[in-house]
This record gives sequence, C-alpha cells and structure tokens, in this order.
Amino acid sequence: MSSITAGKRKGSQEGKSGRTFQWISGIILTIGGLFFLLPFFWMMMSSFKPENEIVQIPPTLWPETFTLYNFQYLFENMNFGIYLRNTLIIVAFSFVGLLLNAAAGFGFAKYDFKGRNALFVLVLATMMIPSQVTMIPVYLILNTLGLTNTMTGIVLPGLVGAFGIFLFRQFMSTVPTELLEATRLDGASEYRIFLQIVLPISKPILAVQAILTFIAGWNSFLWPLIIANDEGLYTLSVGLSLLKGQYAANFGLQMAGATFMVAPVILLFTYFQKHIIENFSISGMK
Amino acid sequence: MKSFLNKRAPYIFIAPTLLLLILFSIVPIAVALVISFTDMDLGGLANMDRVGFIGFDNYAEVIQDPVFHKAIYNTLFYVVIGVPLVILFSLGIALLINLGTSRIFKVFRVVYYLPSVTNIVAVAVVWSYLYNPALGLFNYMLNSVGLPDVPWLTEPTVAKLSLILLALWKAIGLNMIIFIAALQGIPRSYYEAAQLDGANTWQQVTLITVPMLRFAIFFVSITTMIGWLQFFEEPFVMTDGGPLDGTLSVSLFIYQNGFQFNNFGYAAAGSFVLFICIIAVTLVQLRLQKNETDMT
Repeated sequence: MSSITAGKRKGSQEGKSGRTFQWISGIILTIGGLFFLLPFFWMMMSSFKPENEIVQIPPTLWPETFTLYNFQYLFENMNFGIYLRNTLIIVAFSFVGLLLNAAAGFGFAKYDFKGRNALFVLVLATMMIPSQVTMIPVYLILNTLGLTNTMTGIVLPGLVGAFGIFLFRQFMSTVPTELLEATRLDGASEYRIFLQIVLPISKPILAVQAILTFIAGWNSFLWPLIIANDEGLYTLSVGLSLLKGQYAANFGLQMAGATFMVAPVILLFTYFQKHIIENFSISGMK
Repeated sequence: MKSFLNKRAPYIFIAPTLLLLILFSIVPIAVALVISFTDMDLGGLANMDRVGFIGFDNYAEVIQDPVFHKAIYNTLFYVVIGVPLVILFSLGIALLINLGTSRIFKVFRVVYYLPSVTNIVAVAVVWSYLYNPALGLFNYMLNSVGLPDVPWLTEPTVAKLSLILLALWKAIGLNMIIFIAALQGIPRSYYEAAQLDGANTWQQVTLITVPMLRFAIFFVSITTMIGWLQFFEEPFVMTDGGPLDGTLSVSLFIYQNGFQFNNFGYAAAGSFVLFICIIAVTLVQLRLQKNETDMT
C-alpha cells in the first residue's frame, strides 16, 4: 500500500522519467510473465488435444479438435479416482495436524512453563534437518511399528511442522492476556479458552495456514512414494510419476494428469493470493 | 481431575506435536547415525540378527564411490549456477514489481508466484514435454527463429542446465515475495532525502535499496543454497539421474541406494556426508554474514 502512495508522490516530483520507468518495467514484467505462464498454458491446451494432434509437427497451440478423452482415460483406466481419494484423505489428516500445530503454538505463546524455551529451540532446530537424513530412519521406524503400506504411515511423519508451530506462536502471542484471564475468572477451562476464544481470534492465520496445508497435502509426493507399495495407497503425485514412466510417449495423457493436479491449486491460490502473500510478508521475514 | 488437567494444560497443548517431532525428526538423526555404521540392507530389515556393525566402512566406501563423486560434482554445479540466478532474478523482479504503482503490478505478483505453489511432479512432467527433442515446444520455438535443436535432457551438462532452468522458474516466486516484504520495510524517508539531494532512480536502488536488503539477500541465499543441496524431485521425475549420471544429485543418490538398492547403511552414510556439508555451508555463511556486519 505504502509503495503506491509513495509512487504517486514520486511520480509528481519526477514526472516524465518516473513514468517512462514504469512503462519499461511493465513491459519487461509482461514479457517475463508470459514466459512464466507458458508451461501452464501449453499443459492445459495439450491436455484437450487428441493424440494425433499432440504428435503433429509443427505443433498447434490451440486444440483443433477439443476432446475430454484424456481425462476420461485417467479415471476409467488409470485409477485416478483412487489416487484422488487417497490425496483427499491425506489433505483431511493434514488439517488435524494443523490443529495440533495451533495448539502447540498456543502452548508456547501463552504459558510460562518449565523447559519452554529449550523445547521451542528444539522445535526450531527440526527445521534445519534435511529430509534425506531422516528419510531412511523414519522408514525403518515406521517399519518397526508395522505402519509401512498404511495410510497412517503416510500421514504421520508430516503431520506437524516447526514452521506452522512458529507462525501460530507468533500470531497467538498478540492475543491479549487479559482476555484469557477474564475468561478464566468466568470458570472456563484452558481447553475451552483455546477452542472458543483463541481459535476464533486466530481466524486470519488459521485461514492462511489452512490453504497452505491444503496445497502441501495435495502436492505430497515423497512419503507416499516411499511408504506405499500398494497401488491402492498411491496419491495423485505418485500416480502421475508412475504414468510418466508407463505412458512415456502419451503426452496428452500426461498433460491431462498434470492439469488435473495443478488446476485446483492455481484456482485456490489465485482466489486467496492476497491473504497468502500478505501472510508471508508479515510472518516470513520479521 | 479437572484441576489436574488444567494445571497440565500447556504440556497437553504441546505434547502431541512435540512427540511427533521428536519421533520423526530428532530420533531419526540418532537412528541414521547408528545404521550408517552397519551393513543393514533388505535382509536386515526382516531379521535384525543379520545386521552387522562395520565401523567406518560405509563412509570409506562412499567417499571413494565414483558415482557419489559425480553426484557431489553435479550438486555443486546446481548450487554454483543456481543460487546466484535465483537471487538475481527474484530480486530483479521484486524491484520492478515494487517500483510499479499501477494495479497491474499486483497481478504480476501472482503470475510470478504461481509456479511456486504448483505440484513438482506435474511441473516436471510438463517440462519434460517442453524439452522433448521432437515434439517439444522449446526446440520448435528455437527452430522457428532459425536456431538449431538443443539436446535439453540428453547431454549431461545441458541436462543439468535444463533442470536448473525449471527449478529457477519454480523458485523465483517465493523468494520474490520475501524480497518484496523486505523492500516494503525500508523507510520512505530515506528515498525522500535522497530525492532532495537529487539522486536518480538507479542511484536510489544501488545506494539505498540493495544495502538495506542485506539481511533478506542473506536469508534467501542461505535457504536457496540448502534447497539446492537437497535437489531431488526434478532429477528424480525428469531424468532419473541420467544421462550417464549427468543429473544425479546427492539426494537422488541417497534415495536410490536406500530404496532402490535397499542398502540402508550405505545410504545413511551418504546422507550424513550431505548433512555435514549442509551444516558446514550454513556455518560458513553465518560467519561471513557476521564479519560483514562487524565491518559496517
């Protein structure tokens, strides 16, 4: 916001040179932006093309014969219905994880207990551990618990995350302590305070985290790939990488699978982008 | 009972997350360290008696493994080329967007951020098609302006650059947002003072903006570097490390040894080598950053 008003002021002071600069940067960004969107556009257009048009040279950008055959094939012959169901189950579980993160964030933000700081440092330290190091031991741990090839095994390792806890803590520490005290005097338990006071107040951060959680769950790839041997547990990402291996030459099918994965996220993100970008601006850097 | 639960409330709030984090992040470090000293493989997974303690053999072997050398070389290649490009492009785009006053510049934010939120497998599938030598759009576009074909994914060095191009496309968005946030934190009065002194836009950018962004640049460079050291999905989906291990990254090496060849001990040793490299890089950067702030 401030940049806009300042820009106007600058515009009136610098006049012409400022405006030329605007035009130049606008043109550069437009050209760059077109290149940024090109892969998406190419993907979506190709997904509606019949096979003979895909292999046609020179390539056509717009489909001459518009077909939904590729999408139909995915669901009828490629089990994409099952992959979709699994992905949605993972998304649903990740919302449970979101609530756990929120509770932990609240615990760290509003209580003074023994070992709080040390435990919080421990939480932050887990952000530094590369997934390659934990990949094999987590697999072995889940194997010992008998959880390989189960939905629980896929969901559990990624259920909570330090970054989410950190964001919730930052936000919830701004909730006035007097408000919590007043509710306590009215005889409410700590859990009611969390559920009925703190969570509703935290709606903005909760909403943003929910979108990010959805996107992360929807995109989940590595764990399902490692833990699931049974095709009945594959997610869309795993199914798509499988499709790429099996139908290497069938690009129409591959593009349909990719479009099916990407389109919901693009729609959701574009709709909520203002909140997501602001959340990053507020919490990401300060 | 109720008052007991109430008194324990903070612990009950943090317990589930903390237990999960300890079980899946902290404990695995110790487990990885232990198995990196053993010859654990698929047989050992079924029967623990078949796991033997072999000391530093895995480390000695992995350090001499020519495939591992190749993976390290490739990973360094990704870091050395990729990190500066990510910083340069995301900062450049952030500056252009931030200096814009028209509404259209808000649209640009979304456009450049979009690749960051989309699924990596889908993106890799799409780019494999763009890079396809016969049917791909890229070679067609090159040919139509009279340029020859580029062996996007079939020549080892070009293939590395192709993966970098894709990863760059995907990485710019998030880092751009971080830069925009930092840019908006610079007090307006600095620019106003500079304008009174007659500084032009270029001077304002180089003498105020970039120095004020030092922390953001540091933050982005360190997270990007760690990200590139862990480069995995793009080579996994697009090239599976080929051609001739030309795109094999250290992460992919660990994955292949762990889950395709089932040499858990060997892969764990490889992962610890990577972990030590990441810690070393982070410490060096922190030290550099500290020296720099000491000087000013």
